This record gives sequence, C-alpha cells and structure tokens, in this order.
Amino acid sequence: MRRIISVLMENEPGALSRVVGLFSQRGYNIETLNVAPTEDPTMSRLTLTTIGDDHKIEQITKHLNRLVDVVKLVDLSEGAHIERELMLVKVRATGAQRAEIKRCTDIFRGQIVDVGPSVYTIQVTGAADKLDSFLEAVGEAAIMEVVRSGVSGIARGEKVLSL
Amino acid sequence: MELLSGGEMIARALEDEGVEFIFGYPGGAVLHIYDALFKSCKVPHILVRHEQAATHAADGYARATGKPGVVLVTSGPGATNAITGIATAYMDSIPMVVLSGQVMSHLIGEDAFQETDMLGISRPIVKHSFQVTKTEEIPEMIKKAFYIASSGRPGPVVVDLPKDLTNPHDKYEYNYPKKVKLRSYTPASRGHSGQIKKAASLLLAAKRPVIYAGGGVVQGNASPQLRELAQELNFPVTNTLMGLGAYPGSDRQFLGMLGMHGFYEANNAMHHSDVILAVGARFDDRVTNTTSKFCPGAKIIHIDIDPAAISKTVNADVPIVGPVDSVLTELIALVRELRAEEPTLPDQDALGHWWKQIDEWRDHHGLWTAPRYDTTTPYIKPQQVIETLCKVTGGKAFVTSDVGQHQMFAAQYYKFDEPRRWINSGGLGTMGFGLPAAMGVKLAFPDADVACVTGEGSIQMNIQELSTCAQYKIPVKILNLYNGYLGMVKQWQDMQYDGRYSESVYEDSLPDFIKLAEAYQHSGVKVTQLSDLEEAMKEVFARKNELVFMDIHVDPHEHVYPMHVAPNGSMRDMWLNKTERT
Ligand SMILES: Cc1ncc(C[n+]2csc(CCOP(=O)(O)OP(=O)(O)O)c2C)c(N)n1
Ligand SMILES: [Mg+2]
Repeated sequence: MRRIISVLMENEPGALSRVVGLFSQRGYNIETLNVAPTEDPTMSRLTLTTIGDDHKIEQITKHLNRLVDVVKLVDLSEGAHIERELMLVKVRATGAQRAEIKRCTDIFRGQIVDVGPSVYTIQVTGAADKLDSFLEAVGEAAIMEVVRSGVSGIARGEKVLSL
Repeated sequence: MELLSGGEMIARALEDEGVEFIFGYPGGAVLHIYDALFKSCKVPHILVRHEQAATHAADGYARATGKPGVVLVTSGPGATNAITGIATAYMDSIPMVVLSGQVMSHLIGEDAFQETDMLGISRPIVKHSFQVTKTEEIPEMIKKAFYIASSGRPGPVVVDLPKDLTNPHDKYEYNYPKKVKLRSYTPASRGHSGQIKKAASLLLAAKRPVIYAGGGVVQGNASPQLRELAQELNFPVTNTLMGLGAYPGSDRQFLGMLGMHGFYEANNAMHHSDVILAVGARFDDRVTNTTSKFCPGAKIIHIDIDPAAISKTVNADVPIVGPVDSVLTELIALVRELRAEEPTLPDQDALGHWWKQIDEWRDHHGLWTAPRYDTTTPYIKPQQVIETLCKVTGGKAFVTSDVGQHQMFAAQYYKFDEPRRWINSGGLGTMGFGLPAAMGVKLAFPDADVACVTGEGSIQMNIQELSTCAQYKIPVKILNLYNGYLGMVKQWQDMQYDGRYSESVYEDSLPDFIKLAEAYQHSGVKVTQLSDLEEAMKEVFARKNELVFMDIHVDPHEHVYPMHVAPNGSMRDMWLNKTERT
C-alpha cells in the first residue's frame, strides 16, 4: 500500500542523508521525497511516499524514529489528510492544440504560467493521481518536460505534527 | 573563566567525562590534539599498531566495564582503518566514541591529502555522528556523543574534527556541560505497565515456558533481575551468543546457548515451548533458523529498549519497549503479586513435566552431561582446550575470542557465571577482534585473568598488537587453537561442498608462533599432547605478569556441533555429529 510519511527533523547537515541512507541500506523504496525548513528554521519537514505492507511500514517508521535527528513523524495515510503535489509541465502547443490544451488545463484547474510561440508551461497542483490524470489527458506526444515536487501533506482537523 | 584551544578542549573533555583510556594512533589531522594530550591530559593513551585494533580495544574495554570506549584516529586512512571496529561495535550495540581527524574546513570536498568523507562512510554503522563546524561547540558535542553512545540502545558515535578547529592559537571559553538534552532523542525510560501486566499473566499461564536472554541483558545490566525472575518461576533459561553470562552457566536452570550452534536442549525447549520470554535478544537469523518454522506453538513476549528490534523478524505477541532492568523489576513484582493471590500458578504439574522432558534432552544430547566429541583420535580436541581453560581459571576469566570454530567451542564449553566475561564479535563476526579486545579488557581489569581464544587465521589479522602489549605490559594469555585451517570455512566446505577446500588451507606457510611471540618480546608454549595440556595451562596462567602465547595443536578435522540444518530447517533440526541428525 502507498503511504505518506511526514517527518519533523533537525535542520542539520547530514540529517537528510541519514534518512535517505536508511532507505537504501534497508532496502526500502522511496517513491517521492521533499524537504524544506519549517516556520522554525532549526527544523525541517520531510515528506516521503513509499509502498509497502503493514510490516514494512512499521519497520520504516521505527527505523526513522531511531535516527537521532528525527524529532517526530506521522504516517499521514493512517488518518484523514490533505495531499498536494505541484507539477510544472512544458508541452508543445501549436495550432488547434493550443486551445485544446488550454481547455484541459482549465478542467484540471491548472494555470498556464509561461507562453511561447509553440510551447505552454503549465502548473498543476493536487493529489498525485490528479497530476497523473492530467498528463494522460494532455497526451504523451505533446509533453516536452515534466517536473514534479513530490508529495507533501498535512493532517485534517486539529492534529498537527510539531514539537 | 578558562580559554582553551580545540585540541585542549578535547583533552579536557575526556578528563571531565571520566575516560580511563584513549586508544588511538596519530597522524597529520590530529597532531594538534596529540600535542594537547602530550602537554596536559590525565587520561592515558594507548598507541595501538593499527586503527582497527584501537576500535576493538575500546570495544573490549566497553564490553567488560559497561563504559564507553574511546578512540582517536587521524583522517583518511586512519578513519577508514577504524571502520571495521566501528561496524563491529554497532552490530553488538557497544557504546563507543570515535574522534576522527579531518582535513581543514576550507579543504573539505577538495579531495585534499588524507581526506575521506568519514561521516558518509560511517553513516550506516554508527548510532549517530557529528561534524564539528565551530571550535566553541566541541565540549557540547563531545558530551552529546558520550550521552548518545551510552544511553538507550548503546552504539558507536563518530565525532569528525577538522584540523583547523583544533588549532592551538584559537582559544575559546571552555565549559563542559554536566548534562545534555536532545529534543529529538529520548530513549524509553520504562515499559508500558499494561503490557507488563499482560506479560505476567501469560508467564503464569505457561505450561512449557522458556526464557531467551540476549546481549541486551548484559548491556542493560539486568542479570540480577533475570536471575530473580527465572528462579522465582523455576523457568528454564537459554542465552544467545551475545548473552552468555547473563544467566549463570553453572546453574541447573541454564540450558546452554541456543541457535545455529546451540545446545540440543536449548533449541528443543524453544521449539516446543508455549511461551517464550525474549529479553534483550533480537531473533537473529543465527538463532531462529527458518523464521516461518520458528517455534510454532509459542506466544512471544519481547522486552527490548529498541522498538525497532521488536517484531522485526519474528512477530511479538506482547511487545514491551523499555530498559530491560526496570521492566524485569516491574515484572517480578507483578508475578509475585499474582502468585500471592493464586499460589498454584504457574501449573506446577505441567512445569514438572516440562523439566522432565528438558532433562531427558539434556541427558541424551547435552554438551555438558557427557563428552559428545570423539575422544578416540590421537589429537587434542578443541573442546578439551576450553574445558581445561574453564577449569584452570575457575570459570572466572574474561574470555575474548576471534571468529571461527574456536569461538563456538569457547561459547559452548566455557561456563560463564557472570555477565561481561564473554567478549566476542557476535553480530559482525570480525576475525581479528580477539587480541585487541583482550588488551582493552586487561587494561580495565589488570588483576583478572584475561584469555584470548583464537585460531591461526584470526590471530594473524591483528597479530601486530603483540607489540602494543609489549609497550604497555599487557599480560593477556593467548590460546591459539591451531587446527591448520580456516576451520569454520573448512567445516562448511566439508558439509556443503564435498570437502573441496577452496582457499581454506595455508599449506606450509604458517609462522612459528612461538618464535613470533618471542620476536615481540613475549614467550610462547606449544602443546601437542593432551596429557600436557592442563599442566601447561596452569603454568601459563601462573605467570601473572607475562603475555604468553599458547600454541595448542588440535584435531584439524573437528566440526562444531550441534549445527542447525539449513536451509529450511527449524530450531530443532540439527546435525549432532558428522553422521547423525535429528
Ligand atoms: C574479517 C573476516 N574475514 C573473513 C571471515 C570469514 N570467516 C569466518 S570463520 C573463518 C575461519 C577462521 O579461521 P581460524 O581463525 O583459524 O579459526 P578456526 O575456525 O580454524 O577455529 C573465516 C575466514 C570473517 N569472519 N572475518
Ligand atoms: Mg584455524
């Protein structure tokens, strides 16, 4: 099963390499990963998605927790949560296609953020599967470049991951 | 207020931390530190002959005393040479602080002379590591390193020290913190009471219980509690390779070691049990054999300080995360309370039956109830060497070992009655561990008998330390179980490769170990006849102030038994000798 694990950790040199190293060392896979400082600059928030059965996920969270740099973590997929990913797509847009792509972008509530004579650069945000659908809708032939931020997420309601 | 340079801070911090020995080796990147040690440091430094030996010596010291071992090495090759010893300590959860030199800050990343990314290389084999970026932070980082290394599940911590930050001219305020707190690191301080209650009820309902105790009991100083609980309940106890001594070897309730080369009665008791109390043990593959066939009828209670050790390879029915000593203390109190209410628990008839069964196993195949090895060959048997060692030292020696058949014979045949006496590399299985580890032990306990049980393969991996022993007068006793082969490799080749001895034979290349010992200013004794063995060993151990190298020629074709049948065997599937299996 796909899980979103969100980690609050010390914003220290080496902390990220310990997290990433743990995954390769123990044979766990990382599907997506993003990391940035929080409102408290001494801490970073790292979000990763991974796939595994309950046993594997339990091992992953236990081993992450064992890292001295990790302050706290949560498996967001265990409860109600909001998942977002940002994607920038450069597509070939000429002739009739220009209108077609514009319409498609609107349907997905994306934005065209840069325009050239024969290209559009489109920004789409949403859950990862929405971004997948957008790419499918636009069609492989038109796509020149795709940049995805990796998933980030937050729990719904009062629940927070903080000190 | 005092101003100190980075180098001086390190020297002083080690004093303030109460460090007894620094094991190290100098080089360019740590010369400022060595100069500070020379000028003023009350902590003696032991100059080893190879950095690997520094880590093993610090490790041996730590295993014997429970205090973190301290290592100081230079950058580049000094640091990489230390890696095997750090990994050895990591696998067995041994507290250790490794101070490694680094090139000057502004050169980092430029492939400077003797630069190596020590934090990167050591990352998967340390509990934590620090790179010092400012001289002022040295005292606090050293304090944190000691705290992390020795608390929770212990382990090695590396502190990487760029040379410019130890420069004698740049001085800063020195304040050694009494305590440190890390918001991201809080080891469990006690077990969950509800879980401990469940464990107590499960133990009292058991009909065929067994206690499986590992290195965590030794590291967690919980032997007295383990003994108390086992004796309160009259439950059988087996120790892992790392746990030997956690429960007294000569006690009736002790079933011997379990696992791949475990005792028949221990492995069978595990397999047929209905309740297993695992304490500070980690269900290692060398214990469980095939996990899907592991102890099919058993409910498992698992106590460990490290949540990640629980349900990793074998699922625990009652997991308890916490320090083993305090959890056991609570468990004992609860068991007593419950028994006061219901004195008939646990079922004494069932327990009586269980003991009868265990004693039968023990009488038929136990290693301590009759010689299970062939005594009709003309050779000294390696088992006899260990039995003699146990007898001559009254079972009270510190025994370090290398890795191979000799290690397993030592584990099987020396009856350890106290924890911290059996010092071996269980997790990593590092040949070359024995001699330097013995040095660390002997320095910590100068009046105790310290024996290094080794083989001619292993001893040559750190033989140069005989020179260190000469310099610091470290009179350990070396027992080289000379079988003329990489014996454990040969055993597997006998059993699985039709006796094709691919590179496990040295031909006529072995040194004369007696002359070699003499070249290093020690003496040696060669023994080839069983009739000479005990007398010779007594004489050797009577020479309190000398390092003596005993070169004991043993049966070159002996195998270690029992041995788990693999692949696909269960705990109880064992070879009992070269021809018989269960
Ligand atoms: C550093 C290292 N290299 C290789 C091995 C694999 N190995 C395990 S036991 C063994 C043979 C050890 O021979 P010896 O020290 O003579 O002991 P014996 O088994 O003969 O008692 C080897 C090569 C190891 N454990 N450690
Ligand atoms: Mg040998």
